[in-house]
Amino acid sequence: MTDTVLDIKDLSISFGGLKAIEHFDLEIKKGQLYGLVGPNGAGKTTVFNIITGVYKATSGHFYLDGEDLTNKSQEYICHKGIARTFQNIRLFNNMTVIRNVLVGLHSQKEYAYSLFDSILRLPRFKREEKEMRDKAKELLAMVDLLDVRNDISSNLPYGKQRKLEIARALATEPKLLCLDEPAAGMNPQETKELMDIIFKIRDLGITILLIEHDMKFVSGLCDEVTVLDFGHILASGKTKEVLNDPEVVRAYIGG
Amino acid sequence: MMKNIKWKHYVNYIIVGIATIIFTILSLTSSLSSSSLYALEKIAIAIILTVSLSLVVGFLGELSLGHAGFMCIGAYLGGKAAVLLEPVFGNTIMTLLIALIIGALIAALFGFVIGLPALRLKGDYLAIVTLAFGEITRSLFMNSDPELFGGTLGLETPRFDRNYLFIIAFIILFICLIIIQNIIRSKHGRAITAIRDNEIAARSIGINVTKYKLMVFIIAAFFAGMAGVLYSFSNYTIQSSTFDYNYSIEILVMVVLGGMGNITGSILSATFLTILDIRLQTILTGDMAVLQDVFRSLILIVFIIYNNAERLRPFREKYNLKSVWQRITMKKKDPNKDQDDEHKWDRVPTKIKMDEILTLNVNSQEKEDKDD
Repeated sequence: MTDTVLDIKDLSISFGGLKAIEHFDLEIKKGQLYGLVGPNGAGKTTVFNIITGVYKATSGHFYLDGEDLTNKSQEYICHKGIARTFQNIRLFNNMTVIRNVLVGLHSQKEYAYSLFDSILRLPRFKREEKEMRDKAKELLAMVDLLDVRNDISSNLPYGKQRKLEIARALATEPKLLCLDEPAAGMNPQETKELMDIIFKIRDLGITILLIEHDMKFVSGLCDEVTVLDFGHILASGKTKEVLNDPEVVRAYIGG
Repeated sequence: MMKNIKWKHYVNYIIVGIATIIFTILSLTSSLSSSSLYALEKIAIAIILTVSLSLVVGFLGELSLGHAGFMCIGAYLGGKAAVLLEPVFGNTIMTLLIALIIGALIAALFGFVIGLPALRLKGDYLAIVTLAFGEITRSLFMNSDPELFGGTLGLETPRFDRNYLFIIAFIILFICLIIIQNIIRSKHGRAITAIRDNEIAARSIGINVTKYKLMVFIIAAFFAGMAGVLYSFSNYTIQSSTFDYNYSIEILVMVVLGGMGNITGSILSATFLTILDIRLQTILTGDMAVLQDVFRSLILIVFIIYNNAERLRPFREKYNLKSVWQRITMKKKDPNKDQDDEHKWDRVPTKIKMDEILTLNVNSQEKEDKDD
């Protein structure tokens, strides 16, 4: 029981009459790479939006390390350890690359100097700013962006922007990292690099939940997957078995 | 680390500090006329207003058109406090400082009240709310009990010695610069600019958007209130009609002309426009007075065109302050030099255009909200 990181129980959400997610269950163990797949409009991103606090669930609960986080605020959930990236990249476009990561470090307890510290430039401010900078460089080195750290983030090529978003999410020191279509729009080379980065992150002990359409990518990465279709779970289990399930094939390819 | 003193970070303090020292010496040798002392007070007030509004518009990215309203509250309540304190402390610096703090704190309280709707409103809608706030404040004071705030006649404030009033104004300006710049160049400032750049992303990484929006509105209102108190002492009487929406827009013009989120620019543009105003008032008098606004507008138009016209870009790049300075000092950028983070990592983004602030919020934000 202790090694369950995320536990979603009987989660439902409806927008007006539309039942976007119904009776959704999911259990992710620590250190797992878990995939969430399904055709467009199946409700995958909606699940992400619920577990990061953007939407409030109509019914059901989800737990992170045993703590009920249902209907908590985004800030609270982030502090507790769920971080995400977005399907359509949302960087701080006017900022430099390193500054994006520094913003990600904002809510960490180690760097909690106050407004007062920063106005008076107290030693605590200087020490913690230095630590933040070192930490940000470390994170950028992990996603191979250290050499472009002073570029404006909107000038980066698409693949690097994706990586930067991951670095920014990692800066919040999550227990669970949710990646929303991380490989979308990437070329094969970039996709391969991204897979290496994701393995590196997993090796740090961070559990990863990812949405992806690229089946090669999913089967190359994930231990287990859940297939979602029209808000319902179609199949769930070991990646190989699930992806060969005739039901799943039908939902995806039709026929 | 001493070799890496970040001159860029201190340029504002240096400008203001040198100006303060020079003018203090001049005033001690009594070589400044009372009209130039008045001009100095006006400049300091304009810079405080511009820099504080710049925090809201340039860094937080919310359009506020009620800055004169906060100033009005500060001016009336600070002025009234001074009137009440005068019999106790006399015409001393004590009265002045207490009045300043009272005016600023009450304005800050109203900043909090206006900050609350700011959490829900965006762009044009927030602009309308703040505009209405400014007008309501002004007409409340205009229609107030003549015994209390002077009503339509205005409120008379104690007369302090001009020789030190402007020094106090400059000291407050200095404090204002230190506080606002140090906030911006910290993780709190990064959070504020993050909210401007992408509120959804800012929330997703655990930034408390509510807290920071309120904080910005309170700080801006605090300094606007202080500027208001200074204004009331500088003018001897205050008329509520001064603080109409035109005044708010004037401050906004100073912010825009100086460049959104560019504090040095704000200082320069506030100084320039204030001096221009005073000059025009002395040159064009009598029947010609109607031309003041015409000339002012023409000069502004020329500036805006010069700053934005695509064809003038090569000219601008050749003759801007930075490149001229580089030519004077013969300093060439060394391309092989390793890029050093110390200078660049906290470079505050400044290239935010007005239309971005205005349009970004309502339409595109709503579109962006639809994530899936």
